[in-house]
Amino acid sequence: MKRVGSLAGLAILAALAASAAALGADSPNQKCIDSLGTANADVGNTASLQKGARNFANYCLGCHSLGYMRWNRVATDLGLSEEQLKSSLILTGDKPHDYIRSPMPAKDAEQWFGRAPPDLTLITRSKGSDYVYRFLKSFYEDNSPTRPTGVNNLMLDGASMPAVLADLQGVQRLRFHLEDEKATGSAATKVCDALELAQPGRMTPAEFDGFVHDTVDFLTYIGEPVKAERESLGVLVVLFLAVFTVFAYLLKKEYWKDVH
Amino acid sequence: MAEASGAESGSSGGCWARIGAWINARLPVSKFYQSQLLEYYAPKNFNIWYFFGSLALVVLVLQLVTGIFLTMHYKPDADKAFASVEYIMREVDWGWLIRYLHSTGASAFFIVVYLHMFRGLLYGSYKKPRELLWIVGVLVYFALMAEAFFGYILPWGNMSFWGAQVIVNLFGAIPWVGPGLVEWIRGDYSITDATLNRFFALHVVAVPLILLALVVVHLWALRTVGSNNPDGIEIKERKGADGKPLDGIPFHPYYTVKDVVGIGIFGMVFAAIVFFMPTFSNLFLEAANFEPANPLSTPEHIAPVWYFTPFYAILRAVPNKLAGALLMGTGVLAFAFLPWLDRSPVKSIRYRSKVWAFALTAFVIAFCGLGYLGMQPATGAYVIAARILTPVYFAFFLLMPFYTYKEKTKPVPQRVTYHA
Repeated sequence: MKRVGSLAGLAILAALAASAAALGADSPNQKCIDSLGTANADVGNTASLQKGARNFANYCLGCHSLGYMRWNRVATDLGLSEEQLKSSLILTGDKPHDYIRSPMPAKDAEQWFGRAPPDLTLITRSKGSDYVYRFLKSFYEDNSPTRPTGVNNLMLDGASMPAVLADLQGVQRLRFHLEDEKATGSAATKVCDALELAQPGRMTPAEFDGFVHDTVDFLTYIGEPVKAERESLGVLVVLFLAVFTVFAYLLKKEYWKDVH
Repeated sequence: MAEASGAESGSSGGCWARIGAWINARLPVSKFYQSQLLEYYAPKNFNIWYFFGSLALVVLVLQLVTGIFLTMHYKPDADKAFASVEYIMREVDWGWLIRYLHSTGASAFFIVVYLHMFRGLLYGSYKKPRELLWIVGVLVYFALMAEAFFGYILPWGNMSFWGAQVIVNLFGAIPWVGPGLVEWIRGDYSITDATLNRFFALHVVAVPLILLALVVVHLWALRTVGSNNPDGIEIKERKGADGKPLDGIPFHPYYTVKDVVGIGIFGMVFAAIVFFMPTFSNLFLEAANFEPANPLSTPEHIAPVWYFTPFYAILRAVPNKLAGALLMGTGVLAFAFLPWLDRSPVKSIRYRSKVWAFALTAFVIAFCGLGYLGMQPATGAYVIAARILTPVYFAFFLLMPFYTYKEKTKPVPQRVTYHA
């Protein structure tokens, strides 16, 4: 009967482990989405973070804020001097201790785009780094009358954001087939076969991938700036506890010698 | 000074002894220490399941301490709460660590409490004479659920908001008073700043006080009746010539030193989660909660944190909202009636029948299965599975008086099983 007890205990642990492996939602476009690759975000690569910060300042900050993060924290973590910060990142006239805010007034933004561009401080935490990586790579031409920007996005159908990086990436087109949605009985929807580069941009696909990688690395760092420190400290803490536990066990053994 | 130089033999020891005597004459500290630790005899055959009580106490202290530090920078204001949490994560020295300790601690609390409760089921710790000890424990569990629920709203993320919305609205299913009651709980017509403020008050003052008081009563009752053990034998019934239980050993130093080992092992697992996977794949901190509360945007799936999901699955398995809410409440309350539902005279599973072992295994599978289903969308096969497991969950309690009546048990030994 003792075994039943430990079996049931194992069952609890197994169930916890099984539920930890959360299921990913499968979209009909999954094959296309998978072909976009993953971010493999690396917050330890300072050079990539610096390039990502520059990309963000040049291409994103016009509309998107990182409103919970200060400029000088970024400089410190990325190994930049205040001079470098002022000359190459803060293009908005803000002070180094200011929060990273877009100069675009939110009210105007809502007028222009239909909704205010979201703050991106925590985007990699709420959506994941892979989502952001794939989102930035999956704009495609869509000239249907419902698309004021002339583009759509595979990760976020009907995205309000224009293809800001089209100049670098080029113009992508969607190769698709139509599929009936039997379950809902609604009209046929486009299902992606592939995203094709119809018109090359200033960068080669490999260069553009690198550009997006750097940007996503930076945004992943912004999502949790302490991540690198947390992990390196964690090694020491777990090691300390392991040594502590060994000595605690030896002490216990010594005391329990006289229990028979 | 003349006095001090006169008492040369161990003057400092004498000084401390006199301070001690002064205190003990006014407050029996030494007596308490002696009776509760040195002369409190615990069975010597505790196994791994007996670590989780002391671990729950450790986590309680951790939550209290980290919670106090969090309140120093947290702002219970609908306009500032979310930003203040990010402020703690980014700008407060070690704020990220304190916050992760607290968020991981919440889940760890439930893990150790669930394992602690399961231990009770394994070895019949709820049976006579420990019925009140068990019931107070169930009350601790209720208080813990309330504490976790109120705490979850505080980061004011989108899941905080919608989770609170769903749970508070359950009270609206009560006939007649429901809608008024919901308004009274929220303090407003929807989940707003007023709700956040009162849940903060309940989370940091009211419920912790109740929780602490209940834990004290729980320990008091434990010290009165003594610990059960894996053999389910009352060690007080076999005493030696010196009046001490033959199978008992002083709690201190034997179990204090043993519990420290448990704390070390638990600490390693806990630290590994805090430092390497603080969100624990969305289970301890949900991704949707990194978006600020937004009444206009409902998250794709609204699911409570994992420790509530077995009951959430029961709620959703029932098509009628009121019936679902009542069944969910019954599912939690059922634990309190165990001492009277279980009619077997034998405590430990080691000497109980295969029928009991089967029932307990089925219950564990139902509980974990429902926990998994509660995290999934309420569609198709998931709902059907929940509708199969819900009756299993309740059958464990409702049929217990029958399958434990005249149960075929094995002979229980006189002394505990212990191999040095």
